[in-house]
Amino acid sequence: MPPIAVFMSSTLVLEQLLNGLQFGLMLFLLAAGLTLVFGIMDMINLAHGSIYMVGAFLAASLVNVTGSFTLGVLLAIPATAVLGMLLEITVLRTLYQRDHLSQVLATFALILIINEVVRIIWGSDQPLNTPTALSGPVEIIPGLLYPSYRLLIIAVGFVVALVLYLIVSRTRVGMQIRAGASNREMATVMGVDIRRLFTWVFGFGAALAALAGALLGPLLAVQVGMGENILILTFVVIVIGGIGSIRGAFLGSLLVGLVDTLGRAFLPTLLREIATAQVASAVGPALASISIYLLMVIVLVWKPTGLFPARA
Amino acid sequence: MWINCARIKSLLPGLSALLLGIAFSIPVYAADKVKIGFISTLSGPSAGLGVDIRDAFLLAVKLNGGKIGGLPAEVIIGDDQFKPEVGKQLAEKNIKLDKVDFLTGIVFSNIMLAAVPDAFASNTFYVSPNAAPSPMAGAQCSPYFFAASWPNDAYHEAAGEYSTTKGVKSVYLLAPNYQAGKDSLAGFKRFYKGKIVDEVYTKLGQIDYSAELAQIRAAKPEVLYVFLPGGMGINFIKQFVAGGLSKDIRLFVPGFSSDQDVIRPVGDSMLGLFDTAHWALDLDNPANKKFVAEFEKEYKRLPSLFAAQGYDTALLIDAAVRDVKGKLDDKAALRKALEAAKFQSVRGAFKFNSNHMPIQNYYLRVVGKDSQGRLVNKTMGTVFKDRGDAYSQDCNMK
Repeated sequence: MPPIAVFMSSTLVLEQLLNGLQFGLMLFLLAAGLTLVFGIMDMINLAHGSIYMVGAFLAASLVNVTGSFTLGVLLAIPATAVLGMLLEITVLRTLYQRDHLSQVLATFALILIINEVVRIIWGSDQPLNTPTALSGPVEIIPGLLYPSYRLLIIAVGFVVALVLYLIVSRTRVGMQIRAGASNREMATVMGVDIRRLFTWVFGFGAALAALAGALLGPLLAVQVGMGENILILTFVVIVIGGIGSIRGAFLGSLLVGLVDTLGRAFLPTLLREIATAQVASAVGPALASISIYLLMVIVLVWKPTGLFPARA
Repeated sequence: MWINCARIKSLLPGLSALLLGIAFSIPVYAADKVKIGFISTLSGPSAGLGVDIRDAFLLAVKLNGGKIGGLPAEVIIGDDQFKPEVGKQLAEKNIKLDKVDFLTGIVFSNIMLAAVPDAFASNTFYVSPNAAPSPMAGAQCSPYFFAASWPNDAYHEAAGEYSTTKGVKSVYLLAPNYQAGKDSLAGFKRFYKGKIVDEVYTKLGQIDYSAELAQIRAAKPEVLYVFLPGGMGINFIKQFVAGGLSKDIRLFVPGFSSDQDVIRPVGDSMLGLFDTAHWALDLDNPANKKFVAEFEKEYKRLPSLFAAQGYDTALLIDAAVRDVKGKLDDKAALRKALEAAKFQSVRGAFKFNSNHMPIQNYYLRVVGKDSQGRLVNKTMGTVFKDRGDAYSQDCNMK
C-alpha cells in the first residue's frame, strides 16, 4: 500500500474531522463570551483569557474539595461569573468611554495582575483530571476509537451553541443584546438600561469562559498563563465570524478548528506527495501552523467585517 | 538625633581615608564580598522553572550561612520575563552598574544567548544553571562560560541510546518546530539505530494535539519520543492518556518533561512513564540526600531537576571562590578553580570537558510512587557513563 493510503484511510479522515469539530467547539465556548463583550460593549477585553484561567483554577480546586467533577465544574461557573461582574463594575466600566488603545493597555495590565494573584493563591499550576468514567476512549464505529471526554466537549459545545442561539434570537434579553450590539445609542434611547445589561453580559461571558476553562482543564495544563495562548486563536475566530455575532463566532470556530486540525494532520503528508521530502518537511509544519491566519486573510479580503457582522 | 549626626560627621574623615586606602591599594587582594547577578524567568507561564532554580540557589547560600566561598554573598535577582531583550538589559545592568563577579540563573537558551555576550566582553563568568545550547559547546565556546547542568542534546542522546540497547524496533518523533526542537530530535537520532516511522514538528505553543495523536495511532510505532517543554508537554501527556494510546504505544520523554513541575499538574497519568536525566531525587549520595531534605523542609515541595541544577550552580561558584581565596579579580585563577569543580555535586561525581560542559552519567528514570504515596521519579539504571557531548572538538578555547 502506498503511504498516502495508510495515512488517509477513511476512519482516520473521520477521526480528524471529529478532532477539528471538537477543537472548534472548544474555541467557541471562549469566543462566544468574547464576541458578546467586544461586539456589544465595543470593548477589547484581553483579560478574557485570564477569566478563563480563573475558571479553570476554581474548577480544579472545587473538584478537589467536593470530590465530584460535575459539582466542581457547576460551582466554578457561577463563582467566576460573579468575579467577572465585580471586575466589570470596579474596573472595566471606567474604560468604555476610552479608545481601544487604553482598553488594550488596561486589560493587558489586568492579565499580568490576575496571573500573579492566581500564582499567589494557587501556585503556578493545579491538577485537574478527567473523571474516571470518561477517562478512556470509546469505539464509535469499528476501528475508530475516540476519547470519550472529547465527545463530551462536542456535546456541551453544541448544547451551549443552541442555548445561546435561543437566548439571543428568542428572548427579550436577547433582543436587547442584539439592539445593544447593532446600535448602542438607539438602544439606550429606546429604554434599555445599557449599564446593567453590560454587567450581566459580562457576567455571562465570564460564565462561558469558566465553562471553557473547566471543561478544557482535563485536556490542557491548568497553569498560570494558559489564557494567553488560546486568546489569540479566539480573536482570530471572532474576527473571521464578525464581531458581536454569536452565529459568526460559531461558524468561525468550526472553520478555524477544522482548517487548523486538517491542516496539521494532512498538509505535511500531501506535500510529501508533490514535493521532495526535504522541502515537505520544512514547508509542511510551517504552512500548517499559519493555515488559520491564511484563512483569516482570505475571509477578510472577501468580507472585510467578517462572515456575519453584528453592525450590518 | 543631632548627636548621632555629629558622631557620624566625626567619623567621616577616618572613613573616607579608609575608603581611599581600599581604592588605591591596587592590586586588590581578597574581595570583601561576592556579588552575583541572578537573572531568570520568574513571571509568566514558564516561571516555574526559574523559581525552582532561584529557590535552590538561595537555599545553598542560606545553608552556607549567607556566604559564598567564605565571603558574604549578595545575590541580585532579576526577572527576564521570558524576553531575550529584558534578559540582555538585566545582564548589562548587573555588569556595568552592580559590577557583579558572576552572572547566572537564565533558564532558556534564547534568552541566555542574548545576555552572555555582555558578560564575556567584560570578562565576567557566566555559570549556567540550565541552558547549554550546542553552539556554546562547539564553535562559540567561551572561557567565561560554564554549564553546571548538561549539554542541550544530552537527555535526547541518552533516550536514543536506551531505545537502541532495548532493541526498540520503531520510533515516532515529535517536537515543536524551532531550533531546540530540531536539535533534540537530532540528538535522539544520533544514538538510535532502529526505524523512525515519522518525524513531526508542531507549532510552538500548540494547545491541542488531537490531530497528531490520531496520526500516531494510525502509524502504530512501538515507542513515541516527544520533546515538548513546559505547558505543551503537560497538554500532550494528558491528551495522550485520554486518547487511550498509552495501552499500545510506549511514551518516552526527556527528564524535564517528566519532573515534579509536570507530575504535579498531570497526576496519576504519569505513572510508569520513562525518561532520561542526569539527576534524580533518589540518587544515592550524601550531597543529594541533604539537598532533597533541606529543600523540602524549606519550601514544602519536592525539588525538580531544575532545582538540583540551581543548587549545584551555587556550590560550584562557592568552591571556586574558596579555591582562589576570594581573589575574584584574578580571572585566570578563578577559571582554573571553576574548571576543577571541587565540590560534592548532587548528581554525584562529574568533571568539566575542555569546552566547559560537564562529562557525567545519565540515568533512566521511571515515574512511580514513593513510600509516602507521592509521584516521583525513580532511578532505573545508568544509560551513559561519563558522557560528554558531540561538539567539544569544534571548541578552540584559549
